[in-house]
Amino acid sequence: MLLRHTPKEITGREALVINPAKTCQPIGAMVAALGIEGCLPHSHGSQGCCAYHRSTLSRHYKEPVMAATSSFTEGASVFGGQANLLAAIQTIFALYNPEVIAVHTTCLSETIGDDVPQIAEKARQEGKVPPGKHVINASTPSYVGSHVTGFSNMCLGIVKNLAVKTGKRNGKINIIPGFTEPSDMEEIKRICAMMKVPVILFPDTSGVLNGPLTGKYLMFPKAGTPVEELKATGDSRATLALGEWASADAAKYLDSAFKVPPVILDLPIGLSATDRFVDALRKAAGVTVPASVEFERGQLLDVMADMHPYLYGKKVAIAGDPDQVTALAEFFLVLGMLPVHIVTGTPGKRFEERIHKMTGTMGRPVNVKCPGDMFLLHQWIKNEPVDLLVGNTYLKYIARDEDIPLVRHGFPILDRIGHSYFPTVGYKGGLRLIEKILTALMDRQDRDSTETGFELVM
Amino acid sequence: MNTQVLEERQDQFHTVGGSAFEMACNRESLAGAVSQRACVFCGSRVVLYPIADALHLVHGPLGCAAYTWDIRGALSSGPELHRMSFCTDLRENDVVFGGEKKLARALDELIDRHSPKAAFVYSTCIAGLIGDDMDAVCARAESEKGIPVIAVRSEGFKGNKREGYSAACRAMMRLVGTGDTSGVPRVAVNLLGDYNLAGELWIIREYFRRMGVGVVANVTGDGRVEDLRRAHGAALNVVQCSGSTMELAKMMREAHGTPFIRASYLGIEDMAASLYAVADFFKNEDPEIVDRTACLVREKLTALMPRLALYRQDLEGKKAAIYVGGAFKAFSLVKAFRHLGMRVALAGSQTGTREDYEELAAICDPGCVIVDDANPLELSAFLEKEDVDVLVGGVKERPIAYKLGVGFCDHNHERKIPLEGFEGMENFAREIHATVTSPVWRFMPRRAGRTGGMPACLEAGI
Ligand code: SF4
Ligand code: SF4
Repeated sequence: MLLRHTPKEITGREALVINPAKTCQPIGAMVAALGIEGCLPHSHGSQGCCAYHRSTLSRHYKEPVMAATSSFTEGASVFGGQANLLAAIQTIFALYNPEVIAVHTTCLSETIGDDVPQIAEKARQEGKVPPGKHVINASTPSYVGSHVTGFSNMCLGIVKNLAVKTGKRNGKINIIPGFTEPSDMEEIKRICAMMKVPVILFPDTSGVLNGPLTGKYLMFPKAGTPVEELKATGDSRATLALGEWASADAAKYLDSAFKVPPVILDLPIGLSATDRFVDALRKAAGVTVPASVEFERGQLLDVMADMHPYLYGKKVAIAGDPDQVTALAEFFLVLGMLPVHIVTGTPGKRFEERIHKMTGTMGRPVNVKCPGDMFLLHQWIKNEPVDLLVGNTYLKYIARDEDIPLVRHGFPILDRIGHSYFPTVGYKGGLRLIEKILTALMDRQDRDSTETGFELVM
Repeated sequence: MNTQVLEERQDQFHTVGGSAFEMACNRESLAGAVSQRACVFCGSRVVLYPIADALHLVHGPLGCAAYTWDIRGALSSGPELHRMSFCTDLRENDVVFGGEKKLARALDELIDRHSPKAAFVYSTCIAGLIGDDMDAVCARAESEKGIPVIAVRSEGFKGNKREGYSAACRAMMRLVGTGDTSGVPRVAVNLLGDYNLAGELWIIREYFRRMGVGVVANVTGDGRVEDLRRAHGAALNVVQCSGSTMELAKMMREAHGTPFIRASYLGIEDMAASLYAVADFFKNEDPEIVDRTACLVREKLTALMPRLALYRQDLEGKKAAIYVGGAFKAFSLVKAFRHLGMRVALAGSQTGTREDYEELAAICDPGCVIVDDANPLELSAFLEKEDVDVLVGGVKERPIAYKLGVGFCDHNHERKIPLEGFEGMENFAREIHATVTSPVWRFMPRRAGRTGGMPACLEAGI
């Protein structure tokens, strides 16, 4: 047993985290920055953090992930990193020539207290930023929040640094897709296209982190939200923020700065949440829902009806990011499943309230912890076993030790592919989730059944 | 490629057979470069983490711990405590008021619950910056709990991985010499600098067993605290790899008079030479050891060579590029590729020293480019220009190679099959063969129009 060191008895813990269910802000900021066309993320700190973030993202996306670093040394840690960042900006434009440098901080530069906006301004004044190029920034200390917070902060950084209001509405809808996979972003764009709604989706990692093999290595693939569109977000009709935790702050900023009305939604995972997204899009853009979208919805509904007997009453443990977990839990409840243990590593009070409210009708107590870790989740499972685990790769230890099927979802997924190419958002995504869950459950049933009880047909 | 090489970086390249050797190495990465390098903490963590019955507690914000949670396949034959991730999770408040109390509480709780044989507490950038007196906290825990509690000074900003290796060696040195060496055989060694990735150390230990050489401590693959404590009982330290544990060997020589030899278990010559060197060391103690060793090597080579010859049929004349963490590994790889009939067109590392690169240049063919701390653009420009067939590298290089339609072999922590020893050489040949001759490359743009027959090995059913 890999995690044999996990005891069943749960005792209070306050001084430490064991087997985290989250990671740190800069990696989220890096992902958001990669969703800008021609953008090089820059980690303002020592090179270790940046190396870790890039390695983790490379493992998750199976794609090259580029980011530069200020390479702090002891000197910078004492005297501040201004000289490093100024030099870095110059080097980056000379060497890699991106359109945008997206600077995020690390624990180190935050603790030292470097004023990145001021340093970026200095770089501009000193002519280190070529005309037409941009340096944007976000403050991402990891001792606050999680990778989700970092993503949210960089989304905010994008609009703060780039959005403008010309006074001429462009008729578009801004969509902030949350810390989701490139496949999900693609799917959201597809749904918007079906509804004939012109959108600015940002950040957009589709084509960047799931790009094709062309035989050329492009440091900046021709994908991501173009800077011109990011500027135009100030002129849009509305902003749909998908996922309160990852997307709301940027939407609220666009509202307060440019009077672009925000609609804050759940991630469109599962039937109801996708319904709400489609409806919000319809209202914001003043369109009607086309038959093609109704058709896809009908297909999902059909599978939900066909398959409910296999899902009903199944107990699930979920670990992941708050936006994902909330939407998944809602979907599972609709399918008749019982999400009995839920953890997220990202701190914030609303999460537990929301889950309790949502599961109130389930008729049984729910374990929910925010911020929690995988160690606690494992202890809960030892006390009350479940039929299915849903979450990132790190759940595989629990899956193995307790012999429970695992459906991988969220970040990071280090040991499987698929997440980059097949969405779990939208009606199609709902189908895929059901398919994955059923496959996991039925494979397990086939494996465990006796010869006599082994059935050919579902 | 010169367009991609900044002027300041020119002296971190060298072409074998070109101008006189002149390379600036072990220098800090340029601010703003997309460096492949990591930090001190990473170095320490990598070296110490395989000690499986110790508690490894990261004193810092959660991210540093999350990224190092069981990412290397350092296998253990017993305890698995090292595969858990423990972190004090420093928050805003701790950054302001200090994290010492939290650290003390965490140690208290963890040592009570998991009864480790020792505890390593890793300092991260933030722990260093807020100035926690980790030594004092660790000393208190040590006296209360009765196990060694060791602060590893691995603040990331203090340098790159090398400094992390030093910090790890200093931490281990706290253990060495504190155990009882009675019962340690006279012909016994410590194996330094092997992490038992994919169970490699077990292969090497088996060779030594057959030679009649005992192993006191694995440093650190499948490592145990008790073994480290009595490591000074061994007659010799066998040190693999360029940097990671050399300092421990030097400290042990200083403190306990233990001599050391350098070894490499990669490739045929280096593997055999390493075994012979150990045999040579003990030949007065055990006159038959040389024969036993020769017999072992002969047996292994008799099995291996015909198989390599088969792979070689398909690989003859193909080109390889090497970009690995340490330069010492690059030496062995250059030689290993020769056995496969392949030419090495680029050899580079993240952390080599000047002497390393000089030595590397000496064994490489003319035209081979030697590079220190390459950025991805340089690397990809090179792979394209030289039209190499395979890149040997680590996690960050893999997707670059694949994007170009170039084969890849992971020779870093993500390798899943053993590449050390004679068995490992065959695995290596098979991996290289599999990736170089894979039919998928026929569809790659850069290879368009070229056709390939069935690789001889596949036809031979290997
Ligand atoms: S550079 Fe510092 S903060 Fe970053 S990973 Fe290394 S120890 Fe942690
Ligand atoms: S120091 Fe902060 S930013 Fe760097 S890896 Fe650790 S938690 Fe993440």
